[in-house]
Amino acid sequence: MKALAARRHHRSAPVVLLLLALLLTGAVYAIAAPSSADAASATTSQSDIDAGEKLFQANCATCHGASADGTASGPSLIGVGAAAVDFQVGTGRMPAKMNGAQIQAAPAQFDQEQISQLAAYVASLGAGPSIPTADQVDASKGDAANGGAIFRTNCAMCHNAVGAGGALSQGKYAPSLMETSPEHIYEAMLTGPQSMPVFNDANITPDEKRDVIAYLEQQREGSAGGLTLGSLGPVSEGLWAWVAGLGLLIGAAVWIGAKSS
Amino acid sequence: MSNHSTDLTPVNGELPDRFEDPGLHEHHERMGDTDPKANKRAERQVVVLFGLSVLGTLAFLVAYAIVPPDGTVAGIRMSNLLLGLAMFVALAGIGLAAVHWAKSLMNDHEVAEERHPIRSDDATREVAVAKLNDGIKDSAIGRRGVLKGAMVSSLALFPLAIAVPLVGNIGGDWDVSRSKHTLWKRGTRLALDPTGRPIKAADVTIGSVFHVMPEGIEEAEHPLNEKAKAVVLMIRMDPRDIRSEQGDGWSYDGIVAFSKICTHVGCPVALYEQQTHHILCPCHQSTFDAADGAKVVFGPAKRPLPQLPITVDDEGYLVAQDGFNEPIGPSFWERLT
Repeated sequence: MKALAARRHHRSAPVVLLLLALLLTGAVYAIAAPSSADAASATTSQSDIDAGEKLFQANCATCHGASADGTASGPSLIGVGAAAVDFQVGTGRMPAKMNGAQIQAAPAQFDQEQISQLAAYVASLGAGPSIPTADQVDASKGDAANGGAIFRTNCAMCHNAVGAGGALSQGKYAPSLMETSPEHIYEAMLTGPQSMPVFNDANITPDEKRDVIAYLEQQREGSAGGLTLGSLGPVSEGLWAWVAGLGLLIGAAVWIGAKSS
Repeated sequence: MSNHSTDLTPVNGELPDRFEDPGLHEHHERMGDTDPKANKRAERQVVVLFGLSVLGTLAFLVAYAIVPPDGTVAGIRMSNLLLGLAMFVALAGIGLAAVHWAKSLMNDHEVAEERHPIRSDDATREVAVAKLNDGIKDSAIGRRGVLKGAMVSSLALFPLAIAVPLVGNIGGDWDVSRSKHTLWKRGTRLALDPTGRPIKAADVTIGSVFHVMPEGIEEAEHPLNEKAKAVVLMIRMDPRDIRSEQGDGWSYDGIVAFSKICTHVGCPVALYEQQTHHILCPCHQSTFDAADGAKVVFGPAKRPLPQLPITVDDEGYLVAQDGFNEPIGPSFWERLT
């Protein structure tokens, strides 16, 4: 301490102090700064937005309007956010192929980079939900039991108790969630595509959304009891029991009753 | 064997008075009865089937020892599958072998057992009637009227010992008024199902659907019974989309809340389609229009879903203005007054 005190008037003391302060600030920032929250926005640059706008004009503007404010054939995209774009384009629902009761999932028509550019452009039009971070959709960090409780109350009436999907009115349906990626499940809850209502972060918190994803991932392992037969309940199970089970019994009865040759 | 025909076509348009007993079919020899090689072959087949059963039992023991359920879903499934298949082979082998043995190796001569009339001969019947009459005379039931009355009363009353507890145990009590009321009352906060967090109006964005129960339902005497009646579906839409509601000012800035219990037979109605504002019941496809006071637009339900009048309190939380103004669920309780 004495040595330090003796040198505090040294010529290079301010420089050393400044360097120390910079180092400290950098260290504090590295610890305290949100590590992943702006991962998506950090990677979007003006060039992404420009590239996205070109893609938008070429592929989306016919229905959604040249300035994305909607036409008679497509809704306004101002304020829907990057999450909606990543879901709709990433699941191949957009660009839509045909009109019908419901626009269906299909192979994606753009690669991930193009989808990010489109998302960056649409996000630049107005604030909206952003694409979830890898941490938010990490099923291994979720509580599947709690996710099951949330899912049964909020989702199971349309999507089936294990996410196998189900029918709605007039040809619409809730799709199966067995193949859906965690990001797309999260984005669907956040943005409410088509008939699906919105489940914002006040309704189902981000942690609870991750729990739901953990629950759905667990359902993909199938049933410990054997074949799930589509998890559709009494219809497929009954068909199996009546056709295969009773058929076997009738066959056995006929064989027992027939004379040996 | 000409009269062994089973053809029942009338001859010359008339049925005979009596059909002749066609007797047994001609006995056909099996291959094993004539050919010793075939007989030996059948015996080998039976032995193979029994052998299959032995292999199945051994496979069961091996599977039990080597593939125990390891706690994962796939592991339990594999263990169940192997044990089940092995046990099937073990049991089916025994069954198939037994039936095949009986069919191909044991004698197969047809045997007919004639049916006899079941009526006893007249002498036996007379003896039985005489014995009954003796018994009646001995009991003197015709003369002892009080005794007869006592016997009839005791026999007639005993079934009450079975019937009264059966009926008495139904429901426990007969207070139907509790089925007409829910936990909702003036000022009850709307809370999220299943977490119980109270909901601020500002948190309910347009297009959202919230599954709601009354706050504090866990403190009720029978929380699940109360929840079964009080669950509510809350939706926020653009206020301009609302065409009608069941009472003036029952919604709050586009937020409407309806009972989730279908007015048809009481299934939870919660399949909300955001774009059409239709709520679909999964049981019988009753469809209600949330934008039009939950009026029935399709299906067997006869009444709209009762609407819960809501508003916000000083802290911005959604609260009920009052309870439901009609019994929720199927129309039954309404009629029972």
